[in-house]
Amino acid sequence: MASIVLRDVVKEYGDGFLAVKGVSLEIADGEFVILVGPSGCGKSTILRMIVGLEDITSGDLEIDGTRVNDKAPRDRNLAMVFQNYALYPHLTVFENIAFPMRLAKGRFTDEEIRERVTRAAERLELTEHLERKPGNLSGGQRQRVAMGRAIVREADAFLFDEPLSNLDAKLRGQMRTEIARLQRRLGTTTVYVTHDQTEAMTLGDRVAVLRRGELQQVASPRALYEQPTNLFVAGFIGSPPMNFLPGRVEGDVLHLPVADVPLDERLRAAVGDRSLVIVGIRPEHVEDATLLDDARADAGVRFETDVDVTEWLGAELYAYIPFETAPEVASKLEELDRDLDGEGMRSQVVVALDAESRVRDGDRAELWFDPARLLVFDPESGVNLTRDDEAAARIDERNEELRRASLKRAQERDRADGEASPAQERAAS
Amino acid sequence: MGALTRRQRAWWAVITVLVLVYALFPVAAIFATSFKLPSDLNSGRFLPAQWSWTNYEQILVGNAQGLFLSALRNSIGISLIATAIAVVLATFAAYAIARLDFRGKRLILTTALAVSIFPVISIVTPLFNVWRAVGLYDTWPGLIIPYLSLTLPISIWTLAAFFRQIPWELEQAAQVDGATAWQAFRKAIVPLAAPGVFTTALIAFFIAWNDFVYGISLTSTERARPVPAALAFFTGASQFEEPTGSISAAAVIVTIPVVVLVLLFQRQIVAGLTQGAVKG
Repeated sequence: MASIVLRDVVKEYGDGFLAVKGVSLEIADGEFVILVGPSGCGKSTILRMIVGLEDITSGDLEIDGTRVNDKAPRDRNLAMVFQNYALYPHLTVFENIAFPMRLAKGRFTDEEIRERVTRAAERLELTEHLERKPGNLSGGQRQRVAMGRAIVREADAFLFDEPLSNLDAKLRGQMRTEIARLQRRLGTTTVYVTHDQTEAMTLGDRVAVLRRGELQQVASPRALYEQPTNLFVAGFIGSPPMNFLPGRVEGDVLHLPVADVPLDERLRAAVGDRSLVIVGIRPEHVEDATLLDDARADAGVRFETDVDVTEWLGAELYAYIPFETAPEVASKLEELDRDLDGEGMRSQVVVALDAESRVRDGDRAELWFDPARLLVFDPESGVNLTRDDEAAARIDERNEELRRASLKRAQERDRADGEASPAQERAAS
Repeated sequence: MGALTRRQRAWWAVITVLVLVYALFPVAAIFATSFKLPSDLNSGRFLPAQWSWTNYEQILVGNAQGLFLSALRNSIGISLIATAIAVVLATFAAYAIARLDFRGKRLILTTALAVSIFPVISIVTPLFNVWRAVGLYDTWPGLIIPYLSLTLPISIWTLAAFFRQIPWELEQAAQVDGATAWQAFRKAIVPLAAPGVFTTALIAFFIAWNDFVYGISLTSTERARPVPAALAFFTGASQFEEPTGSISAAAVIVTIPVVVLVLLFQRQIVAGLTQGAVKG
C-alpha cells in the first residue's frame, strides 16, 4: 500500500519533444486514479515514468514519501499490466504468475509460491488453465493471467496500461467490473491509463484528463461531467460528446443557431461583456417537447428544428441536427475536434431523446432544454465560464466519502469471507 | 481449414509417397551400394547380393582410412568452428538490426544479401592465389574464413527476422516483476531467442558441411581437406577396382551427423518456426 506523488514531472525525449509538460498529481493510498486523454497526450509516458521504464527529465516522483526518480523498476515494488499483456510464452500460466516470486530469491518457499498462485488463480478463475501455455489461451484469459502476475506479489501499487483495449466489447465490460471488484477488495493504490472515457468514468475514484502532456483537470468522474474546467474536458467526457454551439449575445438574449435563450442571472454573470461565446449542451439534456408535461416544458426553452438523421437504439433515440457555425469560433472548434481525435466532420448537434419519441429522419421536431444545464465557454481560452468551484468541491468531497465507505465495505466483506472459508473447510473435513 | 474428404486424403497420400520416393531414392541407392562387394557393383540389381561391411572396413580401418578419417576430422572441426563464429557474430548483428535504429542498417543487410548471392566459383581462383601468398592455403583458417562468407549472411537474415518477432516488452515486464537487466534478458528473452539461434546454427552447419568448391580448391593435402573433397580422391582396393563402394560408404557416414542433428533439434526447429509473440 502506498501513495504516489508526482511533482512537476517533465519528460523530454532526445529529439527535444516534450511528451509531458510538468504534471503534478497526488494519488492517495488505496485510490483508483485514471489517466485519460486522446492518443499522444502523454498518459502512457507518465505511467512508464512511475514504474521506472522511462527516465524522468525533471521533477520528483515519490512513492510513500520517498523519492524514487533514480531507482530501478525492480526496486519500486510496483506491478504493471501491459496493453499486450507481456506474458512469457515459454512458461506455463502457473510459472507466469509465479515469475515475480521466483525472482525474489529466498523470500518465498515453494510451498508459499504454490499457495499464492493457487489463491490468485481461484480469484481470477484460472485454476483449470494453470498448466497451459499463454499461446493456447483466449484474450480474456491472457488478460487475467497478466492480472494474476500483478496481484500475486502484493505490490505497493498496480499500474494498468490500457489493459482492455485488445478485448472485444463484451469482454471489456466484464473485465472492467472485474478490475473494479479486485481493486476494492485489495484496496491497492491503482493508476490506470486509458483513452476510453467509459472506462475512465466507471472505474476511477478520480480521473486526470490530459491533453498534449498537460493536466487539464483532476476530479471525480461526476465533477468532470458536471463541472468541467474547459472546452477540452467538456468535449472529452460524455458519450455522445457535448455539443458546442456559437452563442451571440444581443441584449438579454443569447442567440444559438438552433434556438434563442433568455439570459438569466447565471448566464449573464458567465457571459460578462462578451458578445460571442461558445455554448455547450449535452445530448442527454435535450428532450422531445411533445413528451413533456406543460409545467416542465414552460420552465425551459422550446425550439423547433429540422432533424437530419435519427438513430433508434432501443433505450434512446439519437437525432442529428446540422447547423451553420460562426466563422469566429470555427477555428477554435476545429482545433478542439483535432485534439479529441475527431475527423473534422460537419457541424451538427446530437441530441439523445427518449426512445418513445416519434421524431424521425427529415422531421420538423419541437425540442426542449433547460437553460440551467447550458455551459458557457470563453471563445479564446476555452475556459468554462459557468463553472461553480464550490459545487465541484462538494461533488469531490462527497465522492471521497463514498470511496472510503465502499473500500471499507469491500474489505470487511473480504475479511468475513476469509474467516468463513477455513471454517467451512474444517466443517467439510 | 476443415477436415479433408476421403478423396482429398487419398490424393495427398499419393503425392506424399511420390515426393518421398523422389527424394529418398538416391539415398536408398547409395545406402544399398555401400553394402555391396566390389564384384557386385555392376550386377544391375538394387539390393546387394550379399550384405557386407567391406566398404566401411576399408574407409574406417582399411587402406583408405588415412584419407577418410582425417577428412572427417577436418570437416567436423572446420564446420563447427565456422558455425560457432558465424552464429555468435550473427547474433550480435541481428540483435542490433532488430532492436536499434542506426545509420547504415539497410546497408549491412543489403551487403549481406549481395555477399550471399555472389557466385562462389568466381572468387575461388583469386582466393586461391591470395591464400597461397599469405600462407592460408591448405589450412583450417583458410577454409573457415570463406565458409563464414557463406554462413554469415544467411545467419544474419534468419536471426534478424526471428529477433524482430520477439516481444521485447517482455524484458520490461520482467524488470517490473523484479528482475535485473541481466535476469530480464536471460529469463525472458533468451528462452525465446534460443530456438532461432539453434535453427540458424543448424542451417549454418549444413552449409559449411556440404561445401565442395572451396574444399577442393583451397586444400591440397590431408591437413585441411574436408570429406566432400576427399571423396574425389578415393581409389579402389587395387587400381583395377572402382571406388564406388567406398565413396558410398563415406557418403552414408557423412549423412549421419546431419540426420542426428535434425532429430536432436527437431523440437527446437519446430518451436522456432511456430512459437511467436503472445499478442502484439
